[in-house]
Amino acid sequence: MSTYNTSREEIAIVSFVELTPAEASQLDEIETIQTIVSRATDGAGIARDRIGFTVSGSCDMLVGRPFSWIMAMDGAGVSKPIEESHVEMDGAWALYEAWVRLQHGDIDAALIYSFGANAAEDLMQVLALQLDPYYLAPTGINAAEVAALQASAMLAGGATERQFAEVAVRAGLAVSVEAALAEPYTNRPLRASDLPRFSDGAVAMVIARGDYARSVCARPAWIQSMAHIADSHSLGVRDLSKAPSLEKAARLAGVGEKPTDLVEVHAPFGPQEVLAIEALRAAGLHGTAALNPSGGTRAAQSVMVAGLAAIGRAASAIHRGEASRTVGHASSGPALQHNLIAVLEERS
Amino acid sequence: MSEATKPVVKDVTTMAAPVSLKFRARAGKDLSRFLRGMKERRIVGRVCPSCNYVYVPPRGACPTCGCPMGDERVLPETGTITTFCIVNIPFEGQKLKPPYVCASVLLDGADVALFHLVGGCDVNDVRMGMRVRAEWVDEADAELSLETIRYFVPTGEPDRPLAQIREHI
Repeated sequence: MSTYNTSREEIAIVSFVELTPAEASQLDEIETIQTIVSRATDGAGIARDRIGFTVSGSCDMLVGRPFSWIMAMDGAGVSKPIEESHVEMDGAWALYEAWVRLQHGDIDAALIYSFGANAAEDLMQVLALQLDPYYLAPTGINAAEVAALQASAMLAGGATERQFAEVAVRAGLAVSVEAALAEPYTNRPLRASDLPRFSDGAVAMVIARGDYARSVCARPAWIQSMAHIADSHSLGVRDLSKAPSLEKAARLAGVGEKPTDLVEVHAPFGPQEVLAIEALRAAGLHGTAALNPSGGTRAAQSVMVAGLAAIGRAASAIHRGEASRTVGHASSGPALQHNLIAVLEERS
Repeated sequence: MSEATKPVVKDVTTMAAPVSLKFRARAGKDLSRFLRGMKERRIVGRVCPSCNYVYVPPRGACPTCGCPMGDERVLPETGTITTFCIVNIPFEGQKLKPPYVCASVLLDGADVALFHLVGGCDVNDVRMGMRVRAEWVDEADAELSLETIRYFVPTGEPDRPLAQIREHI
């Protein structure tokens, strides 16, 4: 048996759709899900009755309504009834659950969707509520301030603000490195171009097994492996200048086994992209590896969606025939606490 | 207990951690139609083009078929209580003084029940199958809100047999 977290069954991402922020901002949750689910299934020639499992990822705190995901499920057509699950996390972890479910070998396909219609007035404050409620949340620290702590630790460890600025340029959030470095600090050492631009969004994906995957998709993005690891919840016991859980997940997923053509990283804050790439390289990432060619998820970041979006974009590159091996990354929790890696491959 | 064996620190068993967040909800297209109807004191539902179920309030998709809703359907203000409960407990933000009745009202022509309050009668007179109609607030007070219907009141018509509403309970 492989030492890596590989698929036991042949499982591939066969369909992936994203809602544009402009579309998402017009719809409520049910309408959003109805739209993306029908595009990812009916629109891709995938029969609903071949889907044996449906799982979603979202967070009620974004809309401030308890169990909002249950009501939102109506958009997926659920009164048959269907076998269904939910993670109160980024949709990437819903994908992980679906991948595990498909390895039982008894169903053909699974539907995964994720949505983040942000209704909070101060999202940075909402995100801070995931901190531990005894020692950290009472300090009133918000998500941008946590990210600034991490960036400071990185600078102390040898990183440079120029590296942060380069990430901002790549994400389209600054016209040049010099322009980025000339910006005033918002949360020192972070500048506006290091922060996420939050937006509404939603994505849906279908994964399928073996022959069924081949029958609905010309170039399936086969999930070679997937792994996720978390660091401690407490910021105080972590070395914030490193992302050990990301590196370990990448090793478990066998990222360094073969050359990689493309990497899509989910780094909510700019400096975290520097950290994520370093961790991936330490885990053996090599090859031509285009970095976030989609522009990354920061320029229009939908919380709880961005991680699944990164993996979906890594799959789409294979669907389009632009790459034959890609790596998708999703993060969760404060300061890249929890990381998921998916290695996707084209197979002839 | 001697001074020496007394615990120095008592266990902390509770901690106050108040959280306050502000949200701006988005109604979406379908609920917006319903709420605009409320402002005009009309009850607007929508029909599923696939299974012909009439939903009120309308929702973004038919939960059975998973498709977008079809035609709009203005529903009458009369209906039947399918099920109900009597609220005896006071709580913050309550609109009516307990005891009062919360009920599922199946509007005539609708396929799903609308959840609302029942007033204008003794709580002990409320029955499954009882005929009711919407009691609106004055035109000037109509809002983009379900509260434009103050509550439902008995019409005095004969009850509908339970067999007719059983599948909607």
